[in-house]
Amino acid sequence: MKNIIAIVQRELGTYFVSPVAYVVLTIFLFLSGIFFQTVLSSVLRDSMMQAMQGAQFGQGPPPIDVPGIVSRSFLGSMSVILLFMIPMITMALFSEEKKRGTIELLLTAPLTDAEVILGKFFAAASFFVILLATTWIPMAVLYIFGKPASGPILTAYLGLFLYSMSLVAVGMFISSLTENQIVAGVLSFGTFLLLWLVNVMANTAQGTSKAVLSYLSILDHLDDFMKGVLSTSNVIFYLSLTIVGVFLTYRSVDSLRWRG
Amino acid sequence: MSFNVEKGEILGFLGPNGAGKTTTMRIITGYMPASAGTVRIDGFDVGDNPIQCRKRIGYLPENPPLYTEMTVASYLRFVGKIKGVTSARLAAEVDRVMDKVNITDVRERIIARLSKGYKQRVGIAQALLNDPPVLILDEPTIGLDPKQIHEVRELIKELAGKHTVILSTHILPEVEQTCHRVIIIDHGKIVAVDTPQNLRTQGQGTSRIFVEVKGPSTEIVSALKALPGVVGVRTESETDGSFRFQVDSDVRQDIRSEMAKAIVTRGWGLQELHSSVMSLEDIFIKLTTAEDIHASDTDPS
Repeated sequence: MKNIIAIVQRELGTYFVSPVAYVVLTIFLFLSGIFFQTVLSSVLRDSMMQAMQGAQFGQGPPPIDVPGIVSRSFLGSMSVILLFMIPMITMALFSEEKKRGTIELLLTAPLTDAEVILGKFFAAASFFVILLATTWIPMAVLYIFGKPASGPILTAYLGLFLYSMSLVAVGMFISSLTENQIVAGVLSFGTFLLLWLVNVMANTAQGTSKAVLSYLSILDHLDDFMKGVLSTSNVIFYLSLTIVGVFLTYRSVDSLRWRG
Repeated sequence: MSFNVEKGEILGFLGPNGAGKTTTMRIITGYMPASAGTVRIDGFDVGDNPIQCRKRIGYLPENPPLYTEMTVASYLRFVGKIKGVTSARLAAEVDRVMDKVNITDVRERIIARLSKGYKQRVGIAQALLNDPPVLILDEPTIGLDPKQIHEVRELIKELAGKHTVILSTHILPEVEQTCHRVIIIDHGKIVAVDTPQNLRTQGQGTSRIFVEVKGPSTEIVSALKALPGVVGVRTESETDGSFRFQVDSDVRQDIRSEMAKAIVTRGWGLQELHSSVMSLEDIFIKLTTAEDIHASDTDPS
Protein backbone atom coordinates (compact mmCIF):
# COMPACT_ATOMS: atom_id res chain seq x y z
CA MET A 1 0.00 0.00 0.00
CA LYS A 2 2.87 2.35 0.85
CA ASN A 3 4.40 1.52 -2.51
CA ILE A 4 1.16 2.29 -4.33
CA ILE A 5 0.99 5.68 -2.62
CA ALA A 6 4.60 6.43 -3.62
CA ILE A 7 3.76 5.71 -7.25
CA VAL A 8 0.54 7.73 -7.13
CA GLN A 9 2.45 10.70 -5.68
CA ARG A 10 5.17 10.57 -8.29
CA GLU A 11 2.71 10.14 -11.13
CA LEU A 12 0.47 13.00 -10.02
CA GLY A 13 3.57 15.11 -9.40
CA THR A 14 4.62 14.50 -12.99
CA TYR A 15 1.25 15.66 -14.34
CA PHE A 16 1.59 18.92 -12.48
CA VAL A 17 5.28 19.50 -13.20
CA SER A 18 4.76 19.01 -16.92
CA PRO A 19 2.27 21.22 -18.75
CA VAL A 20 -0.06 18.26 -19.39
CA ALA A 21 -2.23 18.69 -16.30
CA TYR A 22 -2.54 22.44 -16.75
CA VAL A 23 -3.42 22.20 -20.43
CA VAL A 24 -6.02 19.50 -19.82
CA LEU A 25 -7.49 21.37 -16.83
CA THR A 26 -7.62 24.68 -18.71
CA ILE A 27 -9.26 23.24 -21.80
CA PHE A 28 -11.68 21.27 -19.66
CA LEU A 29 -12.67 24.30 -17.59
CA PHE A 30 -13.04 26.43 -20.70
CA LEU A 31 -15.17 23.88 -22.52
CA SER A 32 -17.29 23.02 -19.52
CA GLY A 33 -17.87 26.74 -18.90
CA ILE A 34 -19.03 27.26 -22.46
CA PHE A 35 -21.26 24.18 -22.32
CA PHE A 36 -22.80 25.38 -19.11
CA GLN A 37 -23.46 28.85 -20.47
CA THR A 38 -24.98 27.46 -23.70
CA VAL A 39 -27.18 24.98 -21.88
CA LEU A 40 -28.30 27.55 -19.36
CA SER A 41 -29.23 30.20 -21.92
CA SER A 42 -31.12 27.78 -24.15
CA VAL A 43 -33.07 26.34 -21.21
CA LEU A 44 -33.89 29.83 -19.99
CA ARG A 45 -35.08 30.86 -23.46
CA ASP A 46 -37.31 27.79 -23.70
CA SER A 47 -38.80 28.34 -20.29
CA MET A 48 -39.41 32.00 -21.09
CA MET A 49 -41.21 31.11 -24.31
CA GLN A 50 -43.33 28.58 -22.52
CA ALA A 51 -44.18 31.14 -19.86
CA MET A 52 -45.21 33.61 -22.56
CA GLN A 53 -47.35 31.00 -24.33
CA GLY A 54 -48.96 30.20 -21.00
CA ALA A 55 -49.69 33.90 -20.44
CA GLN A 56 -51.30 34.22 -23.91
CA PHE A 57 -53.75 31.49 -23.09
CA GLY A 58 -54.44 33.10 -19.76
CA GLN A 59 -52.81 30.41 -17.70
CA GLY A 60 -50.06 30.66 -15.14
CA PRO A 61 -46.51 29.65 -16.15
CA PRO A 62 -46.15 25.85 -16.49
CA PRO A 63 -43.87 24.34 -13.88
CA ILE A 64 -40.39 23.93 -15.36
CA ASP A 65 -37.50 22.47 -13.38
CA VAL A 66 -34.81 24.77 -14.80
CA PRO A 67 -31.91 23.73 -12.50
CA GLY A 68 -32.74 20.05 -13.05
CA ILE A 69 -32.73 20.33 -16.84
CA VAL A 70 -29.57 22.43 -16.84
CA SER A 71 -27.65 20.11 -14.54
CA ARG A 72 -28.76 17.03 -16.47
CA SER A 73 -27.71 18.29 -19.89
CA PHE A 74 -24.58 19.95 -18.54
CA LEU A 75 -23.33 16.85 -16.74
CA GLY A 76 -24.38 14.73 -19.71
CA SER A 77 -22.14 16.79 -21.95
CA MET A 78 -19.21 16.22 -19.57
CA SER A 79 -19.10 12.60 -20.68
CA VAL A 80 -18.26 13.73 -24.20
CA ILE A 81 -15.52 16.11 -23.06
CA LEU A 82 -14.05 13.37 -20.86
CA LEU A 83 -13.98 11.04 -23.83
CA PHE A 84 -11.50 13.45 -25.41
CA MET A 85 -9.54 14.26 -22.26
CA ILE A 86 -8.94 10.80 -20.84
CA PRO A 87 -6.59 9.61 -23.63
CA MET A 88 -4.48 12.74 -23.09
CA ILE A 89 -3.64 11.54 -19.59
CA THR A 90 -3.64 7.77 -20.02
CA MET A 91 -1.60 7.63 -23.21
CA ALA A 92 1.68 8.28 -21.38
CA LEU A 93 1.05 5.99 -18.39
CA PHE A 94 3.16 3.07 -19.58
CA SER A 95 4.37 4.09 -23.04
CA GLU A 96 6.49 6.90 -21.64
CA GLU A 97 8.01 4.63 -18.98
CA LYS A 98 8.91 2.13 -21.68
CA LYS A 99 10.44 4.79 -23.88
CA ARG A 100 12.51 6.32 -21.10
CA GLY A 101 13.57 2.96 -19.69
CA THR A 102 12.17 3.82 -16.28
CA ILE A 103 9.92 0.78 -16.55
CA GLU A 104 13.10 -1.20 -15.84
CA LEU A 105 13.41 0.64 -12.54
CA LEU A 106 9.81 -0.09 -11.57
CA LEU A 107 9.96 -3.73 -12.60
CA THR A 108 13.25 -4.43 -10.80
CA ALA A 109 12.32 -2.57 -7.62
CA PRO A 110 10.89 -4.69 -4.80
CA LEU A 111 7.36 -4.00 -6.01
CA THR A 112 4.78 -6.35 -7.39
CA ASP A 113 3.46 -5.67 -10.89
CA ALA A 114 0.04 -5.16 -9.33
CA GLU A 115 1.37 -2.36 -7.14
CA VAL A 116 2.86 -0.58 -10.15
CA ILE A 117 -0.34 -0.92 -12.18
CA LEU A 118 -2.69 0.08 -9.37
CA GLY A 119 -0.48 3.04 -8.51
CA LYS A 120 -0.67 4.30 -12.05
CA PHE A 121 -4.40 3.61 -12.29
CA PHE A 122 -5.21 5.47 -9.07
CA ALA A 123 -3.02 8.39 -10.10
CA ALA A 124 -4.82 8.85 -13.42
CA ALA A 125 -8.19 8.18 -11.79
CA SER A 126 -7.60 10.77 -9.09
CA PHE A 127 -6.69 13.33 -11.72
CA PHE A 128 -10.14 12.88 -13.24
CA VAL A 129 -11.73 13.18 -9.82
CA ILE A 130 -10.01 16.58 -9.61
CA LEU A 131 -11.27 17.37 -13.12
CA LEU A 132 -14.83 16.42 -12.19
CA ALA A 133 -14.57 18.46 -9.00
CA THR A 134 -13.98 21.59 -11.07
CA THR A 135 -17.45 21.27 -12.57
CA TRP A 136 -18.73 22.34 -9.16
CA ILE A 137 -17.83 25.89 -10.10
CA PRO A 138 -20.70 26.23 -12.64
CA MET A 139 -22.85 23.80 -10.64
CA ALA A 140 -22.60 26.08 -7.63
CA VAL A 141 -24.42 28.73 -9.69
CA LEU A 142 -27.44 26.44 -9.82
CA TYR A 143 -27.40 26.04 -6.07
CA ILE A 144 -27.01 29.77 -5.48
CA PHE A 145 -29.85 30.85 -7.78
CA GLY A 146 -32.11 27.83 -7.64
CA LYS A 147 -33.00 24.70 -5.78
CA PRO A 148 -31.96 21.71 -7.89
CA ALA A 149 -32.86 18.24 -6.65
CA SER A 150 -29.60 16.83 -5.31
CA GLY A 151 -30.43 13.15 -5.90
CA PRO A 152 -30.06 13.10 -9.71
CA ILE A 153 -26.96 15.29 -9.45
CA LEU A 154 -25.28 12.85 -7.09
CA THR A 155 -26.09 9.85 -9.24
CA ALA A 156 -24.88 11.77 -12.31
CA TYR A 157 -21.54 12.36 -10.60
CA LEU A 158 -21.32 8.74 -9.53
CA GLY A 159 -22.01 7.74 -13.14
CA LEU A 160 -19.36 10.09 -14.50
CA PHE A 161 -16.88 8.79 -11.95
CA LEU A 162 -17.47 5.14 -12.86
CA TYR A 163 -17.43 6.02 -16.55
CA SER A 164 -14.05 7.79 -16.17
CA MET A 165 -12.60 4.84 -14.22
CA SER A 166 -13.50 2.41 -16.96
CA LEU A 167 -12.03 4.58 -19.70
CA VAL A 168 -8.86 5.19 -17.67
CA ALA A 169 -8.43 1.43 -17.24
CA VAL A 170 -8.89 0.78 -20.96
CA GLY A 171 -6.59 3.69 -21.83
CA MET A 172 -3.95 2.38 -19.44
CA PHE A 173 -4.08 -1.03 -21.10
CA ILE A 174 -3.61 0.50 -24.53
CA SER A 175 -0.70 2.56 -23.23
CA SER A 176 1.03 -0.58 -22.03
CA LEU A 177 1.01 -1.97 -25.58
CA THR A 178 3.33 0.55 -27.17
CA GLU A 179 6.36 2.75 -26.55
CA ASN A 180 4.85 5.57 -28.53
CA GLN A 181 2.57 8.00 -26.73
CA ILE A 182 0.90 9.21 -29.90
CA VAL A 183 0.10 5.68 -31.01
CA ALA A 184 -1.34 4.96 -27.57
CA GLY A 185 -3.34 8.19 -27.65
CA VAL A 186 -4.83 7.63 -31.09
CA LEU A 187 -5.60 3.97 -30.36
CA SER A 188 -7.33 4.87 -27.08
CA PHE A 189 -9.28 7.64 -28.69
CA GLY A 190 -10.35 5.34 -31.53
CA THR A 191 -11.40 2.66 -29.07
CA PHE A 192 -13.42 5.14 -26.99
CA LEU A 193 -15.18 6.51 -30.05
CA LEU A 194 -15.99 3.00 -31.16
CA LEU A 195 -17.44 2.20 -27.73
CA TRP A 196 -19.43 5.40 -27.96
CA LEU A 197 -20.76 4.95 -31.50
CA VAL A 198 -21.53 1.29 -31.07
CA ASN A 199 -25.15 2.15 -30.37
CA VAL A 200 -25.45 3.72 -33.82
CA MET A 201 -24.38 0.38 -35.24
CA ALA A 202 -26.87 -1.28 -32.93
CA ASN A 203 -29.71 0.59 -34.64
CA THR A 204 -29.11 -1.22 -37.91
CA ALA A 205 -28.34 -4.60 -36.35
CA GLN A 206 -30.94 -7.18 -35.47
CA GLY A 207 -31.63 -9.79 -32.82
CA THR A 208 -28.85 -10.81 -30.49
CA SER A 209 -26.19 -8.70 -32.15
CA LYS A 210 -28.38 -5.64 -31.61
CA ALA A 211 -28.70 -6.46 -27.93
CA VAL A 212 -24.96 -7.06 -27.56
CA LEU A 213 -23.98 -3.90 -29.43
CA SER A 214 -26.33 -1.67 -27.53
CA TYR A 215 -25.15 -3.17 -24.25
CA LEU A 216 -21.56 -2.30 -25.15
CA SER A 217 -22.26 1.37 -25.70
CA ILE A 218 -20.49 3.24 -22.91
CA LEU A 219 -22.70 6.31 -23.11
CA ASP A 220 -26.06 4.51 -22.97
CA HIS A 221 -25.25 3.19 -19.52
CA LEU A 222 -24.76 6.75 -18.35
CA ASP A 223 -28.34 7.82 -19.22
CA ASP A 224 -29.89 6.22 -16.16
CA PHE A 225 -27.38 7.88 -13.85
CA MET A 226 -28.22 11.25 -15.42
CA LYS A 227 -31.91 10.68 -14.81
CA GLY A 228 -31.22 9.90 -11.19
CA VAL A 229 -31.74 6.17 -11.56
CA LEU A 230 -29.17 4.03 -9.82
CA SER A 231 -29.28 0.59 -11.37
CA THR A 232 -26.84 -2.14 -10.46
CA SER A 233 -26.54 -3.35 -14.04
CA ASN A 234 -25.01 -0.02 -15.06
CA VAL A 235 -22.68 0.06 -12.07
CA ILE A 236 -21.60 -3.48 -12.85
CA PHE A 237 -21.04 -2.60 -16.50
CA TYR A 238 -18.55 0.14 -15.67
CA LEU A 239 -16.90 -1.79 -12.85
CA SER A 240 -16.40 -4.83 -15.04
CA LEU A 241 -14.97 -2.72 -17.84
CA THR A 242 -12.55 -1.22 -15.30
CA ILE A 243 -11.53 -4.64 -14.01
CA VAL A 244 -11.03 -5.96 -17.54
CA GLY A 245 -8.83 -2.96 -18.36
CA VAL A 246 -6.71 -3.36 -15.23
CA PHE A 247 -6.43 -7.11 -15.70
CA LEU A 248 -5.38 -6.78 -19.36
CA THR A 249 -2.74 -4.25 -18.28
CA TYR A 250 -1.48 -6.78 -15.77
CA ARG A 251 -1.12 -9.42 -18.46
CA SER A 252 0.45 -6.95 -20.83
CA VAL A 253 3.07 -5.84 -18.28
CA ASP A 254 3.80 -9.48 -17.54
CA SER A 255 4.40 -10.15 -21.22
CA LEU A 256 6.62 -7.08 -21.36
CA ARG A 257 9.10 -8.95 -19.21
CA TRP A 258 9.22 -11.77 -21.71
CA ARG A 259 9.67 -9.48 -24.65
CA GLY A 260 12.34 -7.48 -22.87
CA MET B 1 25.96 -20.31 -18.74
CA SER B 2 26.65 -20.95 -15.11
CA PHE B 3 28.73 -19.01 -12.63
CA ASN B 4 29.02 -18.04 -8.98
CA VAL B 5 29.84 -14.70 -7.49
CA GLU B 6 31.41 -14.56 -4.06
CA LYS B 7 30.46 -11.99 -1.49
CA GLY B 8 32.45 -8.79 -1.77
CA GLU B 9 33.80 -9.61 -5.20
CA ILE B 10 33.83 -7.44 -8.31
CA LEU B 11 32.93 -9.52 -11.30
CA GLY B 12 33.32 -8.11 -14.78
CA PHE B 13 31.17 -9.17 -17.69
CA LEU B 14 32.93 -8.78 -20.96
CA GLY B 15 31.65 -9.50 -24.39
CA PRO B 16 31.08 -8.03 -27.83
CA ASN B 17 27.86 -6.17 -28.55
CA GLY B 18 24.95 -8.55 -28.59
CA ALA B 19 26.78 -11.22 -26.62
CA GLY B 20 24.07 -11.31 -23.96
CA LYS B 21 25.55 -9.13 -21.22
CA THR B 22 22.45 -7.00 -20.77
CA THR B 23 20.16 -10.00 -21.03
CA THR B 24 22.12 -11.83 -18.33
CA MET B 25 21.91 -8.82 -16.06
CA ARG B 26 18.21 -8.42 -16.70
CA ILE B 27 17.67 -12.03 -15.74
CA ILE B 28 19.69 -11.61 -12.53
CA THR B 29 17.69 -8.53 -11.57
CA GLY B 30 14.42 -10.27 -12.28
CA TYR B 31 13.42 -7.86 -15.04
CA MET B 32 13.25 -10.75 -17.47
CA PRO B 33 12.46 -14.33 -16.55
CA ALA B 34 14.96 -16.99 -17.54
CA SER B 35 13.62 -19.43 -20.12
CA ALA B 36 15.64 -22.13 -18.37
CA GLY B 37 17.79 -22.30 -15.27
CA THR B 38 17.75 -20.34 -12.05
CA VAL B 39 19.40 -17.40 -10.37
CA ARG B 40 19.89 -17.48 -6.62
CA ILE B 41 20.76 -14.50 -4.49
CA ASP B 42 21.46 -15.16 -0.83
CA GLY B 43 19.70 -18.47 -1.35
CA PHE B 44 16.55 -16.84 -2.72
CA ASP B 45 15.45 -17.89 -6.18
CA VAL B 46 14.74 -14.94 -8.50
CA GLY B 47 11.79 -16.70 -10.09
CA ASP B 48 10.13 -17.97 -6.88
CA ASN B 49 10.96 -15.12 -4.55
CA PRO B 50 11.28 -12.05 -6.74
CA ILE B 51 10.59 -9.45 -4.06
CA GLN B 52 13.16 -10.85 -1.62
CA CYS B 53 15.75 -10.95 -4.40
CA ARG B 54 15.03 -7.47 -5.69
CA LYS B 55 15.40 -6.07 -2.18
CA ARG B 56 18.99 -7.28 -2.23
CA ILE B 57 19.88 -5.84 -5.62
CA GLY B 58 20.77 -2.35 -6.73
CA TYR B 59 20.54 -2.15 -10.48
CA LEU B 60 21.80 0.41 -12.93
CA PRO B 61 20.46 -0.44 -16.39
CA GLU B 62 22.29 0.53 -19.55
CA ASN B 63 20.25 3.71 -19.83
CA PRO B 64 19.87 5.19 -16.36
CA PRO B 65 16.15 5.01 -15.54
CA LEU B 66 15.56 8.65 -14.67
CA TYR B 67 12.35 10.63 -14.39
CA THR B 68 13.94 13.64 -16.02
CA GLU B 69 11.29 16.14 -14.97
CA MET B 70 12.04 15.57 -11.29
CA THR B 71 14.81 17.10 -9.22
CA VAL B 72 17.68 14.87 -8.18
CA ALA B 73 16.60 14.81 -4.55
CA SER B 74 12.92 14.15 -5.23
CA TYR B 75 13.81 11.40 -7.71
CA LEU B 76 16.04 9.70 -5.16
CA ARG B 77 13.35 10.03 -2.49
CA PHE B 78 10.88 8.30 -4.81
CA VAL B 79 13.28 5.45 -5.59
CA GLY B 80 14.07 5.17 -1.89
CA LYS B 81 10.39 4.80 -1.09
CA ILE B 82 9.74 2.07 -3.62
CA LYS B 83 12.90 0.29 -2.47
CA GLY B 84 11.44 0.12 1.00
CA VAL B 85 13.54 2.73 2.81
CA THR B 86 11.49 3.73 5.85
CA SER B 87 10.39 7.35 5.92
CA ALA B 88 12.43 7.96 9.08
CA ARG B 89 15.65 6.97 7.30
CA LEU B 90 14.75 8.36 3.87
CA ALA B 91 16.31 11.82 4.09
CA ALA B 92 19.56 10.52 5.58
CA GLU B 93 19.76 7.70 3.05
CA VAL B 94 19.27 10.08 0.11
CA ASP B 95 21.99 12.35 1.51
CA ARG B 96 24.31 9.38 1.96
CA VAL B 97 24.10 8.17 -1.65
CA MET B 98 24.31 11.70 -3.04
CA ASP B 99 27.46 12.22 -1.04
CA LYS B 100 28.86 8.90 -2.20
CA VAL B 101 28.63 9.74 -5.90
CA ASN B 102 29.32 13.44 -5.44
CA ILE B 103 26.05 14.95 -6.63
CA THR B 104 25.07 16.87 -3.51
CA ASP B 105 25.72 20.15 -5.34
CA VAL B 106 23.00 19.43 -7.90
CA ARG B 107 20.39 18.04 -5.48
CA GLU B 108 17.72 20.61 -6.33
CA ARG B 109 18.39 20.66 -10.07
CA ILE B 110 15.99 19.15 -12.60
CA ILE B 111 17.52 15.94 -13.92
CA ALA B 112 16.79 16.86 -17.55
CA ARG B 113 19.14 19.83 -17.28
CA LEU B 114 22.10 17.80 -15.97
CA SER B 115 25.03 16.69 -18.11
CA LYS B 116 25.38 13.06 -19.13
CA GLY B 117 28.00 12.44 -16.47
CA TYR B 118 25.77 13.74 -13.70
CA LYS B 119 22.81 11.76 -15.00
CA GLN B 120 24.92 8.61 -14.95
CA ARG B 121 25.93 9.35 -11.38
CA VAL B 122 22.32 9.90 -10.37
CA GLY B 123 21.70 6.47 -11.88
CA ILE B 124 24.46 4.97 -9.74
CA ALA B 125 23.14 6.78 -6.66
CA GLN B 126 19.75 5.25 -7.31
CA ALA B 127 21.29 1.76 -7.38
CA LEU B 128 23.03 2.38 -4.04
CA LEU B 129 19.82 3.34 -2.22
CA ASN B 130 18.91 1.10 0.69
CA ASP B 131 22.43 -0.32 0.68
CA PRO B 132 21.80 -3.52 -1.30
CA PRO B 133 24.37 -6.29 -0.86
CA VAL B 134 24.46 -6.93 -4.61
CA LEU B 135 25.07 -4.25 -7.20
CA ILE B 136 24.46 -4.87 -10.87
CA LEU B 137 25.89 -2.15 -13.06
CA ASP B 138 25.38 -2.27 -16.80
CA GLU B 139 28.17 -0.21 -18.38
CA PRO B 140 28.52 2.16 -15.44
CA THR B 141 31.16 4.45 -16.97
CA ILE B 142 29.52 5.01 -20.34
CA GLY B 143 29.31 8.67 -21.30
CA LEU B 144 31.57 9.96 -18.54
CA ASP B 145 34.66 12.08 -19.00
CA PRO B 146 38.04 10.55 -18.07
CA LYS B 147 38.10 12.14 -14.63
CA GLN B 148 34.61 10.92 -13.84
CA ILE B 149 35.43 7.47 -15.19
CA HIS B 150 38.32 7.34 -12.76
CA GLU B 151 36.06 8.46 -9.91
CA VAL B 152 33.43 5.87 -10.70
CA ARG B 153 36.04 3.10 -10.88
CA GLU B 154 37.44 4.17 -7.54
CA LEU B 155 33.89 4.19 -6.17
CA ILE B 156 33.27 0.69 -7.45
CA LYS B 157 36.50 -0.57 -5.88
CA GLU B 158 35.50 1.10 -2.65
CA LEU B 159 32.11 -0.59 -2.75
CA ALA B 160 33.60 -4.05 -3.11
CA GLY B 161 34.07 -5.93 0.10
CA LYS B 162 30.83 -4.67 1.53
CA HIS B 163 28.90 -5.16 -1.68
CA THR B 164 29.12 -7.75 -4.37
CA VAL B 165 29.44 -5.98 -7.69
CA ILE B 166 28.67 -7.37 -11.11
CA LEU B 167 29.46 -4.95 -13.88
CA SER B 168 29.34 -5.27 -17.60
CA THR B 169 31.49 -3.34 -19.97
CA HIS B 170 33.17 -3.44 -23.29
CA ILE B 171 35.96 -1.15 -22.13
CA LEU B 172 38.85 -3.49 -21.41
CA PRO B 173 41.07 -1.29 -19.24
CA GLU B 174 38.08 -0.94 -16.95
CA VAL B 175 38.05 -4.66 -16.33
CA GLU B 176 41.80 -4.77 -15.79
CA GLN B 177 41.65 -1.96 -13.29
CA THR B 178 38.55 -2.78 -11.30
CA CYS B 179 37.55 -6.40 -11.50
CA HIS B 180 38.70 -9.31 -9.39
CA ARG B 181 37.36 -11.79 -11.84
CA VAL B 182 36.29 -11.62 -15.47
CA ILE B 183 33.72 -13.57 -17.38
CA ILE B 184 34.02 -13.27 -21.12
CA ILE B 185 30.82 -14.19 -22.87
CA ASP B 186 29.98 -14.55 -26.49
CA HIS B 187 26.71 -15.63 -28.04
CA GLY B 188 25.27 -16.19 -24.59
CA LYS B 189 27.99 -18.65 -23.63
CA ILE B 190 30.91 -18.27 -21.27
CA VAL B 191 34.18 -18.49 -23.16
CA ALA B 192 36.49 -17.69 -20.24
CA VAL B 193 36.35 -17.12 -16.49
CA ASP B 194 39.46 -16.01 -14.63
CA THR B 195 41.29 -13.11 -13.05
CA PRO B 196 42.44 -10.47 -15.52
CA GLN B 197 46.09 -11.31 -14.74
CA ASN B 198 45.67 -15.03 -15.34
CA LEU B 199 43.78 -14.44 -18.54
CA ARG B 200 46.59 -12.33 -19.80
CA THR B 201 49.36 -14.81 -19.08
CA GLN B 202 47.36 -17.73 -20.38
CA GLY B 203 46.61 -16.00 -23.62
CA GLN B 204 50.27 -15.49 -24.22
CA GLY B 205 52.56 -18.19 -25.52
CA THR B 206 55.34 -15.76 -26.25
CA SER B 207 56.35 -12.36 -25.01
CA ARG B 208 57.16 -9.67 -27.49
CA ILE B 209 60.00 -7.14 -27.34
CA PHE B 210 60.43 -4.12 -29.54
CA VAL B 211 63.99 -3.02 -30.08
CA GLU B 212 65.47 -0.21 -32.14
CA VAL B 213 69.11 -0.50 -33.08
CA LYS B 214 71.49 1.56 -35.19
CA GLY B 215 73.77 -0.72 -37.20
CA PRO B 216 73.91 -3.34 -39.99
CA SER B 217 70.48 -4.96 -40.20
CA THR B 218 71.33 -8.52 -41.30
CA GLU B 219 74.00 -8.93 -38.62
CA ILE B 220 71.66 -7.58 -35.98
CA VAL B 221 68.98 -10.05 -37.00
CA SER B 222 71.33 -13.02 -36.75
CA ALA B 223 72.66 -11.79 -33.41
CA LEU B 224 69.14 -11.46 -32.04
CA LYS B 225 68.16 -14.90 -33.34
CA ALA B 226 71.19 -16.38 -31.56
CA LEU B 227 69.86 -15.28 -28.17
CA PRO B 228 68.44 -18.12 -26.04
CA GLY B 229 64.64 -18.46 -26.11
CA VAL B 230 64.07 -16.29 -29.18
CA VAL B 231 61.53 -17.83 -31.53
CA GLY B 232 61.21 -15.13 -34.16
CA VAL B 233 62.59 -11.80 -35.32
CA ARG B 234 60.88 -9.46 -37.70
CA THR B 235 62.16 -6.19 -39.11
CA GLU B 236 59.49 -3.58 -38.74
CA SER B 237 60.86 -0.36 -40.17
CA GLU B 238 63.98 1.56 -40.98
CA THR B 239 64.74 5.23 -40.41
CA ASP B 240 68.19 6.83 -41.02
CA GLY B 241 70.08 3.60 -40.61
CA SER B 242 68.36 2.54 -37.41
CA PHE B 243 66.09 -0.49 -37.54
CA ARG B 244 63.07 -1.50 -35.51
CA PHE B 245 62.71 -5.17 -34.75
CA GLN B 246 59.98 -7.18 -33.23
CA VAL B 247 61.37 -10.07 -31.25
CA ASP B 248 59.18 -12.90 -29.96
CA SER B 249 60.59 -15.06 -27.23
CA ASP B 250 59.53 -17.73 -24.78
CA VAL B 251 57.31 -16.26 -22.11
CA ARG B 252 59.20 -18.01 -19.31
CA GLN B 253 62.52 -16.33 -20.17
CA ASP B 254 63.20 -12.65 -19.74
CA ILE B 255 65.83 -11.89 -22.37
CA ARG B 256 65.82 -8.12 -22.21
CA SER B 257 69.13 -7.65 -20.41
CA GLU B 258 70.83 -10.34 -22.53
CA MET B 259 69.60 -8.60 -25.62
CA ALA B 260 70.84 -5.21 -24.52
CA LYS B 261 74.22 -6.71 -23.68
CA ALA B 262 74.48 -8.46 -27.05
CA ILE B 263 73.78 -5.22 -28.90
CA VAL B 264 75.97 -2.94 -26.86
CA THR B 265 79.03 -5.25 -26.79
CA ARG B 266 78.98 -5.37 -30.58
CA GLY B 267 79.20 -1.59 -30.69
CA TRP B 268 75.75 -0.99 -32.24
CA GLY B 269 73.65 1.86 -31.01
CA LEU B 270 70.79 0.68 -28.81
CA GLN B 271 68.15 3.34 -29.15
CA GLU B 272 65.07 1.77 -27.67
CA LEU B 273 64.04 -1.46 -26.03
CA HIS B 274 60.67 -2.25 -24.54
CA SER B 275 58.58 -5.29 -23.98
CA SER B 276 55.00 -5.27 -25.04
CA VAL B 277 52.53 -7.15 -22.92
CA MET B 278 49.80 -8.90 -24.78
CA SER B 279 46.81 -6.86 -23.70
CA LEU B 280 43.52 -8.18 -22.47
CA GLU B 281 42.23 -6.69 -25.65
CA ASP B 282 44.14 -9.19 -27.77
CA ILE B 283 43.00 -12.04 -25.56
CA PHE B 284 39.46 -10.82 -25.76
CA ILE B 285 39.56 -10.69 -29.54
CA LYS B 286 41.24 -14.07 -29.65
CA LEU B 287 38.61 -15.64 -27.40
CA THR B 288 35.56 -14.11 -29.00
CA THR B 289 36.59 -14.66 -32.59
CA ALA B 290 38.33 -17.99 -32.33
CA GLU B 291 35.24 -20.19 -32.41
CA ASP B 292 32.86 -18.10 -34.36
CA ILE B 293 33.62 -15.53 -36.99
CA HIS B 294 30.02 -14.29 -37.01
CA ALA B 295 30.64 -12.47 -33.76
CA SER B 296 31.07 -9.21 -35.62
CA ASP B 297 27.67 -9.10 -37.28
CA THR B 298 25.43 -9.52 -34.26
CA ASP B 299 23.28 -6.51 -33.52
CA PRO B 300 24.14 -4.22 -30.65
CA SER B 301 22.12 -4.69 -27.51
